[in-house]
Amino acid sequence: MSSTDGPTAGERFLNGILPENPVYRSLLGMCPVLAVTAGMKPAMTMAGAVLFVLVMANIIISLIRNLLQAHLRILVFTLTIAAFVTIIDRFLAAFMYSMSKELGPYIPLIIVNCIIISRCEVCSSKQRVFTAIADAVGVSLGFALALASIATVRELLGSGTWFGLPILSALGWKGWAVMILPPGAFLALGVLLGGVNWYGQRKKTPSTEVAKG
Amino acid sequence: MSDEGKKPQGAPEAEPKAAPPGDKPEVQAAAEKPAAAAAEKKAPAKPAPKKPAAKKPVVVETPYTLHVAPSPHVANTSLTTRGLMVDVVLGLALVVLAAVWFFRWHAVLVLAVSTVSCLIFEAIFVRMRGRQATLDDFSAVITGIILGLSLPWSTPWWICVVAAMIAIGLGKVIFGSLGQNIFNPAMVGRAFVMVSFSAYLGAGAYVDPHGAAQSILSQATPLTAARTAGTMPELWFLFLGNTNGSLGETSALASILGGLYLVVRRTASWEIPTAMVVVLAALAGAMQLFVGPNPALLAMKMTVLEHLLSGAFLFGAFFIATDPVTSPLSRQGKFYFGAGVSFFVWLLRTFSNYPEGLMFAILLMNSLVPLINRWTVPEPVGGLVPKRG
Repeated sequence: MSSTDGPTAGERFLNGILPENPVYRSLLGMCPVLAVTAGMKPAMTMAGAVLFVLVMANIIISLIRNLLQAHLRILVFTLTIAAFVTIIDRFLAAFMYSMSKELGPYIPLIIVNCIIISRCEVCSSKQRVFTAIADAVGVSLGFALALASIATVRELLGSGTWFGLPILSALGWKGWAVMILPPGAFLALGVLLGGVNWYGQRKKTPSTEVAKG
Repeated sequence: MSDEGKKPQGAPEAEPKAAPPGDKPEVQAAAEKPAAAAAEKKAPAKPAPKKPAAKKPVVVETPYTLHVAPSPHVANTSLTTRGLMVDVVLGLALVVLAAVWFFRWHAVLVLAVSTVSCLIFEAIFVRMRGRQATLDDFSAVITGIILGLSLPWSTPWWICVVAAMIAIGLGKVIFGSLGQNIFNPAMVGRAFVMVSFSAYLGAGAYVDPHGAAQSILSQATPLTAARTAGTMPELWFLFLGNTNGSLGETSALASILGGLYLVVRRTASWEIPTAMVVVLAALAGAMQLFVGPNPALLAMKMTVLEHLLSGAFLFGAFFIATDPVTSPLSRQGKFYFGAGVSFFVWLLRTFSNYPEGLMFAILLMNSLVPLINRWTVPEPVGGLVPKRG
């Protein structure tokens, strides 16, 4: 068992949320980030689907990590992920049909989502099941946080609502339709990413100065 | 003989006390650049013989006079950003006058709101980046005027403000302010509000249902009429500008006169408007000659002159496409750029859902400018450096 050398479960969990946020720090999984963030509802459904797939895939990969052959591991990851994506895809089609239609191909596309493959590669193929679960939950929370921030900006500015509830539109806001169209996704992501980087740099500056002095 | 005449020979010994220790290279440079030396000689305490001395060193005992001066791009300080921008404002003045003449206080309101909000947002965003706001270089004024001139007369004031915010914020400052922006800021702002508020800025925004029948405000814009009814106003009206449309685009005459002023002053390049006019005329003419009118595409009926004089084409050709920041650097590249803009204008006017395609054409070609610059690197004087080995 090589599970003692990696970060602990708690570190994995916390790292996934902000310090190694899959969207704002690693820039992974940009396709769903841009495609499903026109509103909070589809964004949160997507985050839930990713949470389920990531947790289950991490558990399975972690359990079979000693059987993995180095040259076949990506194939095994992908097949494992595909199994759970199929489950969540059919589940959505059965119980949330309209949402399933709205998300369209982006649920099946979770199979090739880099976030999940990267977690399998980085964490669950090397560490114990508990650590892998903590990692999956932390990264999924980070992903959900990123999706929520972008979707909040886009839905509030684009249609004046939040989760479909009238917030700004109740105050007479005329939606900026471009924000719920694809250009709005790029604008919101770019500005938020810039904001996160700016905030990170601002926080870092004093500590480096102390270190220098 | 003055002190500076001796300088080339005995500079280090002549003034060891007066000049600061770091001054030595400058004193030696005085031999080459008397003009620069005159400025640097402020440190020595002998101001009186400065003026006549400046000329002395270049006088050589030959029939020829050797003039030595800094390169023109260093010495000629008349070419400033502010100077260029003031020129553009002067060129735009005619178009603004035409807009005010045809649309009265509607034009005044839209232009004032967009210009003032561009200035305010420039100040705010530049301050946010921790730089000193440079409002006095007039670039934000021009963005505001062009933005206002590209909007319909009925634009609500808050749309002007949103457009100005997007133009300055997302179009310019976020890339690093003037000189760094990829896209024309005014067109970024206009594209944003055009897509966002189509209910306020679509074809309906131009037509005043309560206006008098003779008023230009009660007619559809020429390009909308061309694609819905297949008819166009008389060419004379298109040329003078008593047609409906965005504020600055109706009068071809004002755009041409203002644009020619810019071209003559070399503030705007002549290559881009020329290429645009030639290519659009060629495309429209070729379609008329070889394809002919198509009942499904009424816009195909437009003649060459109707294409050239209607819509924002001439306004954009002279004032928007020629923005030096967002157009290619080389002459060849400028021709390609203009040709591409015209191709997209023609394509969008004929086949898209928008009556006018100039804004999207310019934005599309703006995104290709880095590529065009790379393709059209001019050959340096003396030929290319031969590749080794």
